[in-house]
Amino acid sequence: MTPRARRGVNVLMSWLAALAAGLVVLPLLMIFAFLLWQGASAVNLDFFTHLPKPVGEVGGGMANAIVGTLMLLALAAVLGLPVGILGGLYLAESRDRRLPWLARFLADVLNGVPSIVIGIFAYSVIVLPMRRFSALAGAFALAVIMLPIVVRTSEELVRLVPASLREAALALGIPQWKVLLRVVLPTARAGIITGVMVAIARVAGETAPLLFTAFGNRFWHQGLDQPIAALPLQIFAYAIAPYDDWHRQAWAGALVLIGLVFVVSFAARLATSGRFTGVR
Amino acid sequence: MADGIVVRDLNAWFGNAHVLHGIGVTIAPKAVTAVIGPSGCGKSTFIRCLNRMHEVVPGARVTGSVRVEGLDVYAPGIDPVQVRRKIGMVFQKPNPFPTMSVFDNVVAGLRLGGVRERSVIDEAAERALRQAALWDEVKDQLGKSGVSLSGGQQQRVCIARALAVEPEVLLMDEPCSALDPIATAKIEELILELRSTLTIVIVTHNMQQAARVSESTGFFLLGELVEFDVTRQLFTNPRDKRTEDYITGRFG
Repeated sequence: MTPRARRGVNVLMSWLAALAAGLVVLPLLMIFAFLLWQGASAVNLDFFTHLPKPVGEVGGGMANAIVGTLMLLALAAVLGLPVGILGGLYLAESRDRRLPWLARFLADVLNGVPSIVIGIFAYSVIVLPMRRFSALAGAFALAVIMLPIVVRTSEELVRLVPASLREAALALGIPQWKVLLRVVLPTARAGIITGVMVAIARVAGETAPLLFTAFGNRFWHQGLDQPIAALPLQIFAYAIAPYDDWHRQAWAGALVLIGLVFVVSFAARLATSGRFTGVR
Repeated sequence: MADGIVVRDLNAWFGNAHVLHGIGVTIAPKAVTAVIGPSGCGKSTFIRCLNRMHEVVPGARVTGSVRVEGLDVYAPGIDPVQVRRKIGMVFQKPNPFPTMSVFDNVVAGLRLGGVRERSVIDEAAERALRQAALWDEVKDQLGKSGVSLSGGQQQRVCIARALAVEPEVLLMDEPCSALDPIATAKIEELILELRSTLTIVIVTHNMQQAARVSESTGFFLLGELVEFDVTRQLFTNPRDKRTEDYITGRFG
């Protein structure tokens, strides 16, 4: 191949790679643009501060659904994160071969289980015994969906912590468990937070598992053992309803939901860009 | 009563590989002992057996006995944590904790060991940093990240970190191999100052360094301690042909 031809191929391949990179972000940009076009007009102060109006009345908002989604996410994080992070730590640090292998395999399988199946599971273990739909059941379903993502990213990031740091800490006469909790985990912190945010963003838009767990609610929530509104549920209900005003609100809800995910991801980036961070 | 380190019939394995063969040696207290030998001869493994760090590696195994300042390191019921508190260790590459400030690095052993009193911690930090000849350089940047310092300073932070828990023995595993000559000279100066208070064992690839800082030297080859003697004796008049070949540069 002549140098000229080689340069030509080089330029061509560079452009192809750049094009591929562009295609990756294109869907997100298009979704954003489409949502802005369809939903921006219905996003106003009322949307954030008012409850849904009764059928037939124009106006109102999704304040209860926004609060409900935030509560569901917070509760799911409380339920899922400690288990997920400590589980990941175990998978990364255990010297045993078989149990971690099995747990890792099952976590990957769980990651592939359709979310509606997880919803059915939450329905049978929480909704049926409690005899009512509840925020708790919804959060439990979301936590189960988060679990494998958090476990696997935590494991990967704990593995990235250099062995030399563990050795330094052990050689100081610090007990193993303290080495893990006070040296290894903080070093992996930035990356784990990123993984946690990915997991939260992933479940923020889950609709199917909430259908028969959180159920939805047209009013402010009345406690964790009661049905609770959530943005994806509200969007679903409004989108399939026969009213134009509801359709507009469904678009607005979708825009707010994606904006929420965006803000959460961005905040996570900011929170982890400090000086004293370890691996990411 | 300080009685140094007494090693008897020490064997070590990585899985099936037998890497240390029946090592027996007595290391003098409050003195510097150098351990030299070609790469892979077991010298690092040897010092890692002294503070039970060898067993941290999966599949690693040790037999034999080690007594450090009267403590039977491998006696049943002895917790490795307890052994490592008495024996500080400095590694080949500087390894300050990246999530901690200089100050927090130095006092990590104390804090994570359960010491709470602010005054005790502050005092220990200053003492250790002075001992590591680093106080004047970093006293105004104690809050900075440990990894923001130069390589030589980082290594002295690691030395200060090891000294802050007041160990009786300091093990150094090629502490200068990642440093430039000026930083190396500073660490060597430091070793000479510390030897009046501590028992120091230093592994080094650099024979001039062994000659400069140590009173006694052991030469390891293929997992055996070939020769152990007063440093000057070993370098000027070795008894074993293999030691002579190594120190005159005929191999290794």
